[in-house]
Amino acid sequence: MCLRKEYIMAKEVSPGVKALRQVVEDVYAEAREAKKQGKPVGWSSSKFPCELAAAFDLNVCYPENQAAGIAANRDGEIMCQAAEDLAFDNDICGYARISLAYAAGKRAAKKLDPETLEYVINPETEKPYTELVDINEIWAMPEGEEKEKRLAAIKPYRQMQMPMPDFVLCCNNICNCMTKWYENIARMHDIPLVMIDIPYNNTVEVDDTYVAYIRGQFDKAIEQLEKISGKKFDEKKFEDACANANRTAKAWLKVCDYLQYKPAPMSGFDLFNHMADVVTARGRLAAAEAFELLATELEENVKTGKSTLPFPEQYRVMFEGIPCWPKLPALFRPLKKNGVNVTAVVYAPAFGFVYNGMDEMVRAYCKAPNSVCIEQGVDWREGICRDNKVDGVLVHYNRSCKPWSGYMAEMQRRFTADLGIPCAGFDGDQADPRNFNEAQYETRVQGLVEAMEANRLAKE
Amino acid sequence: MNTLFEKFDQISKSPAAQLSAYKAQGKKAIGVLPYYAPEELVYAAGMVPFGMWGSNKKTISRAKEYCATFYCTIAQLAVEMLLDGTMDGLDGVITPTICDTLRPMSQNIRVSMSDKMPVIFLAHPQNRFDLNGLTFTVSQYTNIRKKLEEIAGKPITDDDIRAAIKVYNACHVQQRRFVKLAGEHPDVVTAVRRSAVLKAGWFMLKDEYCAMLKELNDKIEALPACDWPGTKVVVSGIIFDNPILLQIFDDYKIAIVADDVAHESRTFKTDIPDDADPMMALAKQFANRDHDVLLYDPQSSKNRRAEFVAQLVKDSGADGLVLFMQQFCDPEEMEYPYLKKELDAQGIPHIKLGIDQQMRDFGQARTALQAFADVLAVG
Repeated sequence: MCLRKEYIMAKEVSPGVKALRQVVEDVYAEAREAKKQGKPVGWSSSKFPCELAAAFDLNVCYPENQAAGIAANRDGEIMCQAAEDLAFDNDICGYARISLAYAAGKRAAKKLDPETLEYVINPETEKPYTELVDINEIWAMPEGEEKEKRLAAIKPYRQMQMPMPDFVLCCNNICNCMTKWYENIARMHDIPLVMIDIPYNNTVEVDDTYVAYIRGQFDKAIEQLEKISGKKFDEKKFEDACANANRTAKAWLKVCDYLQYKPAPMSGFDLFNHMADVVTARGRLAAAEAFELLATELEENVKTGKSTLPFPEQYRVMFEGIPCWPKLPALFRPLKKNGVNVTAVVYAPAFGFVYNGMDEMVRAYCKAPNSVCIEQGVDWREGICRDNKVDGVLVHYNRSCKPWSGYMAEMQRRFTADLGIPCAGFDGDQADPRNFNEAQYETRVQGLVEAMEANRLAKE
Repeated sequence: MNTLFEKFDQISKSPAAQLSAYKAQGKKAIGVLPYYAPEELVYAAGMVPFGMWGSNKKTISRAKEYCATFYCTIAQLAVEMLLDGTMDGLDGVITPTICDTLRPMSQNIRVSMSDKMPVIFLAHPQNRFDLNGLTFTVSQYTNIRKKLEEIAGKPITDDDIRAAIKVYNACHVQQRRFVKLAGEHPDVVTAVRRSAVLKAGWFMLKDEYCAMLKELNDKIEALPACDWPGTKVVVSGIIFDNPILLQIFDDYKIAIVADDVAHESRTFKTDIPDDADPMMALAKQFANRDHDVLLYDPQSSKNRRAEFVAQLVKDSGADGLVLFMQQFCDPEEMEYPYLKKELDAQGIPHIKLGIDQQMRDFGQARTALQAFADVLAVG
């Protein structure tokens, strides 16, 4: 059995967490402000080399983070459906559907009575119902009270207030879906697309031919960004962004490593929230500092026996895949009931881009979760499973993510063979709540807990 | 002519027998998964490239050990046929990775075939146009060349590749000619026959196929002009080779006058250009591939692919377009809204039918196609 400590539940939001939230808030706020001032604002895939845009002081938003936020705010379904009404199939990645609906002008808004322009309240929740509106139609309305009220009815959270793009930055190291997703955005808005293509890799080592090909594309991207920004490439700013990105990555990895402590000083679910910072702000000094602050808090938790986990940790698991954002409470509930803490997530190594110099930077960006071979993928995961002392693995078969889920069955076999730990899979989706079945999930978690218990008894 | 149609039909229906026949001749064979693998190199090595585009007869069973349900059946059935021994005669297999399903499948196939056969990896570049992209393509193709040399047990010379390029380009000419002739003579080249002739090309050495196809084309060309009483369409999608579906076209006199199908014209519409370096020639062919759901378009703010397909409908004299949407194929799905937009804007009627290779009930497709044919006939 794991060591039991006196748990003091940390209910208040710590300064480190507050700082991390503020960093992401600032990214969105600054992009909105830039848009107001007529400066170009970009939309970028999460693992596009942000250092390049930073060298031009360009404001960039991240549709993946946005889609996750919209899904977590329970508007994933209405936005996915909006994309389907635009003829995008419901098999397409939920993030892409949400993003494409948003790019087309669709917004989730508080429902207005068309006659009175008052909110229509749902008696059960005592909050307004949600309706889908089109921002282009609202913008086209004559100035006046109705227009103002309709604009004000759009959900106020930052992801539903992201400015429209003037250019797009696409890097397909995550998936090929990204390529067509961003092409569609470029087409909708008639804007330039900067494409960094990172072909899928079949070996653990990144071959020199990959480095040369991607380096060549960086040069081209810089030329395009010079045109978009009207500025010359600023070497100093680029180097600063690289330094910040490295510092953020190291601090992120340090934070993730606190999950190695048994019991852990935090809930692994916290990392899902903090990911927003590594996605949207890893090139910013403030992000590095916020993670460093969080690390000091975790260090303190270790010393004092505190944890952000609101229950005693009895089992430790790796959560494989992107969480089902619309269903976080449902994901958490059976884990809490069974004392299961998530002490390993693949995002830890996946965003820990530490490098020195341009070639290493290229190699780092070749190592996204869905761009690496199975051996690399297994090695990452088994590494954190060992270091973070997990008792089992919970695998999310994510309808939205074909490249990720496509070799999980083989990985599961390897985890069990190599680490002697049980695995359980469940069906879900990162953004579309219609693809998640709570009952199935609970059953699978229960099965995993029983297998972990049996494993533990056998060892004793 | 009927004998030739029967031959093509036989070959398209029995790839296993075809594989055995080549093996009996002492030839080696390499499985080639979609899309755009340089099978000219296989030919240049003196081996037989064997297209692997799933099957309409198999049921997914063993592939479930590797794939969740939400993957296209072409990829799942490729894994199935490798696992169940159908493809045991192969001496190797090439796995391109240009879509999100093929990425992990390349790993599943490499892992599951580790004791059976060499698995040759291919990652195409999307920024494929300038020297940087071309160089990367050449480096990938060079890896393939080396692996094929190991399997063949002999070097592939530049002259071997040049000879293969000639054969393939000559074959493209006949394939395109056949597509055109089939559109002009749908009374003789039924949808079922058209598909069989094109499909057979994936299971034959291209020189043999090209000779047979030329003979057929000459015969079709000699036919009197056809006054087609039915409707004419362009078909679009990844693959469209199910004989029952094709029969529905023939039942309702829907002629296929051109196609934008990955398994058909998308493969052979782009020739291999001249270049002193034959590897570079192959890379340039890939760079020149265009208007494709799988490939990056640097002019993405325009709607070039949809305009191309709409133009194809007009140029071929079709009355409309039938889109076969391969289930779980996100590249096709992502391009559909803008294709629809363009077709609608140009007043081109179209119908979208969801298909996969595990489809066993065609009632809905039959009703939809019949209704579509009626609409086109009235229009």
